[in-house]
Amino acid sequence: MADKVLMKGNEAIAEAAIAAGCRHFFGYPITPQTEVAAYMSKRMPKIGGVYLQAESEVASINMVLGAGAAGVRVMTSTSSPGISLMSEGISYIAGSDVPCLIVNVERGGPGLGGIQPSQSDYFQATKATGHGDFHMLVFAPSTVQETVDLISDAFDLGDKYRMPTMILSDGLLGQMMEPVVLPEPKDPTDNKDWAAKGHQGKRPHNVVNSLYIDPKELEDLNFKRFEKYKQIMETEQRAEEYLVDDADIIIVAFGASSRISHSAVDMARKQGIKAGLIRPITLWPFPEKFIKKHVGHAKAFLSVEMNMGQMVEDVKMVVANQKPVHFYGRTGGIVPTPKEVFEQIVKINGGDC
Amino acid sequence: MSKVMGERPKALLDVPLHYCPGCTHGIVHRLVAEVIDELGIEGKTVGIASVGCSVFTYNYFGCDMVQAPHGRAPAVATGVKRARPDNVVFTYQGDGDLAAIGMGETVHAAARGENIVAIFINNAIYGMTGGQMAPTTLPGQVTQTTPYGRDTSVAGNPIRVCELLSSVKGVALAQRVTVDSVKNVKAAKKAIKKAFEYQMAGKGYCIIEVVSTCPTNWGMSPADALQWLRDNMLPYYPLGVYKDVGEEGEQ
Repeated sequence: MADKVLMKGNEAIAEAAIAAGCRHFFGYPITPQTEVAAYMSKRMPKIGGVYLQAESEVASINMVLGAGAAGVRVMTSTSSPGISLMSEGISYIAGSDVPCLIVNVERGGPGLGGIQPSQSDYFQATKATGHGDFHMLVFAPSTVQETVDLISDAFDLGDKYRMPTMILSDGLLGQMMEPVVLPEPKDPTDNKDWAAKGHQGKRPHNVVNSLYIDPKELEDLNFKRFEKYKQIMETEQRAEEYLVDDADIIIVAFGASSRISHSAVDMARKQGIKAGLIRPITLWPFPEKFIKKHVGHAKAFLSVEMNMGQMVEDVKMVVANQKPVHFYGRTGGIVPTPKEVFEQIVKINGGDC
Repeated sequence: MSKVMGERPKALLDVPLHYCPGCTHGIVHRLVAEVIDELGIEGKTVGIASVGCSVFTYNYFGCDMVQAPHGRAPAVATGVKRARPDNVVFTYQGDGDLAAIGMGETVHAAARGENIVAIFINNAIYGMTGGQMAPTTLPGQVTQTTPYGRDTSVAGNPIRVCELLSSVKGVALAQRVTVDSVKNVKAAKKAIKKAFEYQMAGKGYCIIEVVSTCPTNWGMSPADALQWLRDNMLPYYPLGVYKDVGEEGEQ
């Protein structure tokens, strides 16, 4: 078994991507993801990889499109405002069925917002990253180790389904240090037969494209892509359950806020309140199955987020008015404390604190 | 016995082009395809189609193709070339794509000395969207969005791209050509071939600007459009080599 090393979240992102066989990184500096790029700029030249600082996030995502279209494992990382700039390119990437990895180390918004941790890009990541009908696989790790593990999965699943994938991290996970075990290095085979890498006179030309001027053709393609999404929704939902089987009050929280909620559940249990936690690991597909099976016995749900209430809409959709769904959130870069969340549990339970 | 005097270049697929009658895109497509054939590089070439009239180039060239978002062809080309340095990579961009929305990507790809070729069609107008002002629209030129003629005090000045890029270190070749006559077509082909050869020699960013016509949106016959090009475009956009690092490379 590989040794444990102490790594900062952002650096672990970079090292995990390298272990997953990624040798192409294009990015633009932005806080709080800077260490990903800095780490890549040190490592890539030493392993025959490409690190390139683009002139903007607009350029970097299109470099990702080019390298992905040429059939190599490629990634970029940025923080919230950077994703807004990349949104056009991400739409083209999805519309061209090109796999790639996009890391968003979220910060507070809107606008220039702040540089402290936030989860306010949930809507953007899961519903409308760019124009048009499309989805990305979105993973929300809650520890540095899980970040490492999910990056490997994100590359593999992106290749499998030919689609962009996102790691939705935040300033807290990016900056914290935790012990991790890095995976065995992978060497993905260069076998993407759809890629634009030169036909060598051996096949008709490949075209990587998102333009379909005939409405019927475009509709058919969107139908086909959504058939794939349907399959992904059935097979790729991931979540972790903590003390939910007998729970009356179930918190739904991902990423950094799930860590806080975990502590709040422990505090509640000590007071004799049957609280539990469902922690979505995939945000798209949203882990509906994990919530649905507890709607019967739970008395109430509480969505805890570092935003003004985004994922709560998906929780409500799944719970479908069968049980009350509450929301608690802090925003602007404020991280809620376990005590704050515990107080919400007590309140929902009908008590004072 | 009959003798074949000329054939469609192999790198140009046998499909109908969608261009308007008299448009010079067809000539430029042919020249690029002839160069690809002569250098024997179709199998390792990747072309980047941009947004505009030439968006469908991905259906016309026989090499592998990627279609880029508006203005981002240089960034997409950078991604392809960095991922596959042994491939030959070219972009095919119009004036709106290269010099308006994509000027940032253009200048930075040039400054990095990206080993790519940009085929730049300058016809002083947005063709695909129906004839709006381009960054290269001439002063006084009437377009759909400059109905009283381009007033430079309001709408700014046309950009001379080759002149601008000639000051950028990283550019190996910046040459302006046109295709209004047999002589100029031959010179244009020579320039395009040189650009591809420079890329294969690893010299850096090459741009061949082709001063072109848009008879449809200029509202002229193809012959009148070529005359208008000679009378109005070429004085503002003089043909010539604006930068050439030559055999030795940049000093």
